[in-house]
Amino acid sequence: MTKVLMKGNEALAEGALLAGCRAFFGYPITPSSEIAEYMARKMPKMGRTFLQAESELAAINMVYGAAATGNRVMTASSGPGISLKQEGISFLAEAELPSLIVNISRGGPGLGGIQPAQSDYFQATRGGGHGDYHIIVLAPSGVQEMMDFAMQGFDLADHYRIPVMIMAEGTLGQMMEPIIVREPVTDLPPKPWATTGCKGRKPNIINTLHLSPEFLEERNLHLQHKYKLIQEREAKAETFMVEDADLVVAAFGLMSRIAKRAVMDARQKGIKVGLIRPVTLWPFPEKAFQEAAEHVSKFLSVEISMGQMVEDIRLAVNGRVPVEFYGRIGLIPNPEEITRQIMKIAQQEGWV
Amino acid sequence: MKVVAQRPESLTDAPFHYCPGCTHGIIHRLVAECLDELNLREQAIGICPVGCAVLAYDYFNCDMLEAAHGRAPAIATGIKRLLPDRLVFTYQGDGDLASIGMGEIVHASGRGENITVIFVNNAIYGMTGGQMAPTTLLGQVTTTSPYGRTAEQAGYPLKMAELLAQNQGAAYICRTAVNNPANVMRTKKAIKKAFQTQMQAKGFSMVEILSTCPTNWGLSPLEALEWLEKNMIPYYPLGEFKVS
Ligand SMILES: Cc1ncc(C[n+]2csc(CCOP(=O)(O)OP(=O)(O)O)c2C)c(N)n1
Ligand code: SF4
Repeated sequence: MTKVLMKGNEALAEGALLAGCRAFFGYPITPSSEIAEYMARKMPKMGRTFLQAESELAAINMVYGAAATGNRVMTASSGPGISLKQEGISFLAEAELPSLIVNISRGGPGLGGIQPAQSDYFQATRGGGHGDYHIIVLAPSGVQEMMDFAMQGFDLADHYRIPVMIMAEGTLGQMMEPIIVREPVTDLPPKPWATTGCKGRKPNIINTLHLSPEFLEERNLHLQHKYKLIQEREAKAETFMVEDADLVVAAFGLMSRIAKRAVMDARQKGIKVGLIRPVTLWPFPEKAFQEAAEHVSKFLSVEISMGQMVEDIRLAVNGRVPVEFYGRIGLIPNPEEITRQIMKIAQQEGWV
Repeated sequence: MKVVAQRPESLTDAPFHYCPGCTHGIIHRLVAECLDELNLREQAIGICPVGCAVLAYDYFNCDMLEAAHGRAPAIATGIKRLLPDRLVFTYQGDGDLASIGMGEIVHASGRGENITVIFVNNAIYGMTGGQMAPTTLLGQVTTTSPYGRTAEQAGYPLKMAELLAQNQGAAYICRTAVNNPANVMRTKKAIKKAFQTQMQAKGFSMVEILSTCPTNWGLSPLEALEWLEKNMIPYYPLGEFKVS
């Protein structure tokens, strides 16, 4: 199969189009703008809708309306913009409107910077907005996955009637890699709940207000049931040299590829170290960590943040194994730095 | 026996939850009658606000959505862009449209978004118990302007019809009231014209309707109608501001 060289943001946008995305609503923000620009070039020529909204608030609510028509629709943004979208994401979650939200993430808090970061992990995995809800969060680690996860994201969104987020570091959006361009999706699931005009049927209502306390609880239990199912079926991790490891490094996204280099370097130095890369950030792949906890004596979470995923690893292993953290923000930890951290632990443990 | 009045098909049989004498009910009925008479019920998609009309999806017998506070015009935009041949309307109060949703309404009209907005201006926040709205009149007492609204402290009431009529994308902008039968009939005509404007794909349409909130104005239903006429109409003149 022939490969083409593509930029991460464009591969993601192209993946969404291949998946049948009918509308894109967005507001410019670095480092995500290329997705909007790609869509602005392509979508009108395909008879699809591109609209630059007046704000991220408006964009996510346009997504709400457009998703309600039963079409595959999306938005993309970064840090401050994703914060503004939280109101809408909470509504999408409760209205169970399938939709794709992309965070090409940068460092915060506040206006922060435009350097790549993973510091929106809490926001993405804890719901982010008000109420008891989750969204599925996928973390690609390369340009091929930017395309593939956009397509899988729409499938998951439709299947579970849930907003799906793709969270990728800004670098991943900007960098180019050769990828295989996938076949377009032609078979889309029917959406009988959509508000399209009630010709020939009873009116459909899409609503998130539940004034009866009993019904509000019922709705919440329904969502929790769905989330449990997703946790059981969709949690995904990639593991590398974990079987015999004494130490397991954890990293997601592009960071996981850098961490893999460090793991290989440390193996050369005789340290039994492995890697777990969460592919889904929510649901968090707890099992992979619990299984490794049977034989490792330590975990090391490496993140482009001040330490967020580390909390989920601690929750997963529940005190059985200590979990250490190494992270930077504004700058990406390089393989040498991570190897140094691994060797430090090896010395403390008396492995060298 | 001849039927002289009956429930429009575009209204369900759910009893309104509105306070006695509140004119939200009259406006619902007018919207429903227009949908019936233009044979648009099965093509219509309506969006409720956050405000007293939040439950309007129980009353309108067509596809309905309920929006976050102020965001109805953005939701309407998302729907209309994907289903351009449907009739898409929002139903919004003055807090919803002129305060928290100011960005969404100005840009929807600026884009000439081909939707219809039913804007119910009762000069107060009804649902939350009578706080000041951007449309609250100078001197008007509310729970958050307990000494009467002053220009020094809270600025001036916003005239949305006039404001939006300036936008080139606005095709039909009208202000009416529902304080007497003649004005009720004018309101119905305006709503019909707004729907027709949309079906002819002319662009953004809005009918601003001066409405009462007897409960939070602290008046009887009849006094409220008089208060509307004496105080609101002089500041918010009725008429068409844009026709195309
Ligand atoms: C984001 C947000 N802020 C505040 C509220 C609380 N709230 C509910 S209704 C309302 C005002 C409604 O007033 P208006 O739009 O004038 O409609 P009315 O009730 O008078 O018909 C407010 C502030 C909310 N639901 N959401
Ligand atoms: S509070 Fe005011 S606007 Fe709301 S239903 Fe009662 S009278 Fe009508």
